[in-house]
Amino acid sequence: MEQLIFAFSSMAAGVGACVLYFWGTNKILDGIYPASGSKAGQNILRANSIRPWLFLGPAIVLLTLYLIYPVVNSVMLSFYGPSGEVFVGTANYSWLFADQGFRESLFNNLLWLIVVPAAATFFGLIAAALTDRIGWGNIAKSMIFMPMAISFIGASVIWKFVYDIRGENIEQIGLLNAIVVGLGGEPQAWITLPFWNSFFLMVILIWIQTGFAMVILSAALRGISEETIEAAVLDGANPFQIFLKIKVPQIWGTIAVVWTTITILVLKVFDIVLAMTNGQWGTQVLANYMFDWMFRGLDFGRSATIALVIMVMVIPIMIWNIREARKEG
Amino acid sequence: MDGIAGRRPLLIWAVHLSVAALVLLWTIPTFGLLVSSFRDGDQLSVSGWWTALTPTERNIVYRAPAAEAQVEQAGQWVISGNVFEGQAAGEITKFGFSSKAPTAFDAGQSAELTKGRTLSVMANGDYRIASSEEMKGKRGARIFFTSIDPPRFTLENYRNVMFSEGIGRSFINTLTVTIPATIIPILIAAFAAYALAWMKFPGRSLLLAVVVGLLVVPLQMSLIPLLRLYTDVGIGKSYVGVWLAHTGFGLPLAIYLLRNYIKGLPKEIIESAKVDGASDFDIFRKIVLPLSFPALASFAIFQFLWVWNDLLIATVFLGNNEEQLVMTARLRELLGSRGGNWEILTASAFVSIAVPLLVFFSLQRYLVRGLLAGSVK
Repeated sequence: MEQLIFAFSSMAAGVGACVLYFWGTNKILDGIYPASGSKAGQNILRANSIRPWLFLGPAIVLLTLYLIYPVVNSVMLSFYGPSGEVFVGTANYSWLFADQGFRESLFNNLLWLIVVPAAATFFGLIAAALTDRIGWGNIAKSMIFMPMAISFIGASVIWKFVYDIRGENIEQIGLLNAIVVGLGGEPQAWITLPFWNSFFLMVILIWIQTGFAMVILSAALRGISEETIEAAVLDGANPFQIFLKIKVPQIWGTIAVVWTTITILVLKVFDIVLAMTNGQWGTQVLANYMFDWMFRGLDFGRSATIALVIMVMVIPIMIWNIREARKEG
Repeated sequence: MDGIAGRRPLLIWAVHLSVAALVLLWTIPTFGLLVSSFRDGDQLSVSGWWTALTPTERNIVYRAPAAEAQVEQAGQWVISGNVFEGQAAGEITKFGFSSKAPTAFDAGQSAELTKGRTLSVMANGDYRIASSEEMKGKRGARIFFTSIDPPRFTLENYRNVMFSEGIGRSFINTLTVTIPATIIPILIAAFAAYALAWMKFPGRSLLLAVVVGLLVVPLQMSLIPLLRLYTDVGIGKSYVGVWLAHTGFGLPLAIYLLRNYIKGLPKEIIESAKVDGASDFDIFRKIVLPLSFPALASFAIFQFLWVWNDLLIATVFLGNNEEQLVMTARLRELLGSRGGNWEILTASAFVSIAVPLLVFFSLQRYLVRGLLAGSVK
């Protein structure tokens, strides 16, 4: 209880400080350059050239401190030893490229990058196309969208329960093994199966992200002009042809946006692997490997180097995004 | 579209069925978790949650008290009691006295033990070991029995995780992190967004490009530099540090979303206010802020879900103690220490996802709107 009071009062303090800052600095600016008197015109101009920076100030400070400075600092750290104090040249990089764990993580990350965005976008597109045609489509959408609200760690608990395994002659309480046994198969320890276990972890992220893809693609599908569809209908196209040849080509742009958004998420995937396997049984990924070197390996240099690899993989998408944003003005 | 599908009843049925299949696939895992969290722990560990409504069969071993518990009744020495003592009762179908044949006898029968003793177990669990001479021995006889338990649902799991497993405390910790970390970035971002949308200054488009670029910078980049910085300036592992971190990381999306929305507000309103002599501060406060409510709500939901569900930032910037362990971190800890205790894991997980689900279902409209504004043009 005490802590909640602390939370609320610090929230009030934080919000109060923000309000005070914005209100106060504006007041001071108006005081220095009053919009009246003999120099009114000149003062207004001056005040208007300063005011944007007052509005932007806190944002710029925080962005610099929390995102820009760390990028620069990480690049520097990657040339330093475990504690970040001894310069080691490119030792971290040569270690990285020779390291088995890094190769495994990189390979798995690539696997995730191929499978998860593709599967989530695919299922999202199917769900969007189908739910738009039926009366209870909105309820169905809500249900498919729901995992978006669940934390990665919560989702991991949910799916670990699905993948649970019991001894061979005991009743299975994990849904997947119960189905397998029901169909006459042998129960499997899914999350330790070599190679395939990564896919069982990917299922979790696909499960979470399909709803996102569905919502965006559904809006895009609705935005397609009726005329093109009517023309196709008159030409005798069947619903499948209409979907594949008329609708999908018109929303390629949106599909690309969905795909890249999920791609970025996949690059950062961490919680799921940490909770399900902690990188054991060949499921390691870069973000978790970085975390591992940071907290268990206690090597800031190597950890920063791994983080930089993730950053480098994001850069093409970053550039593409900036270009798109500039086009729109 | 209805017209086309309407002419093909088979197709519309296929659509209904496929959607139903998708919905089932997407909800069953969560539903299983919910059902399991209300089940009795003993039942949960031996039968699948989909059998929750049917009786469960259990094989249990009970050890009768040793010889000193015997009493003399009508010329016989007797040890009696109930095999369910101390636990929920079921109905006994079979019993036995050796591990080789644990189901040798039906309930109600009398079994011949060694040394002329007899053992009988009733369906309700009452047992009776009788002997014509005084029994000796320090260890009691073992009774194996098969019990059919009626389905049992309980709130015990929730009581347990809230008060003994620390989830209750972590719930408060999560709230402490989430509320300020949701509200502070909104205010800062709204001012910045207004400046980027409606004020003229050199470097505006560059700044906007930087914000768009920062949208995708992976969090992993920031962890080590900030951890070092926090240690250097003495913030250490504190709530203030986490609030600021979430604010910093949430700002690019907040600014981007709000700027797009504010840019779309009618130009005439803002310009006529300027003509009337209103300052930018007044325009922002009296016109832009109220009109932007939908966008503010969208971002607030995003940020709320993101902060509530975050594990990485909390793990890095908060301590591992009672006062600071948030729910996601606690859940991760339980996954390690209580890996097999599904009644604890399911209840804990459900407590942690209940609030986001509530927010999700009640404010879904704003969430969808925000998603669309964030990614589709």
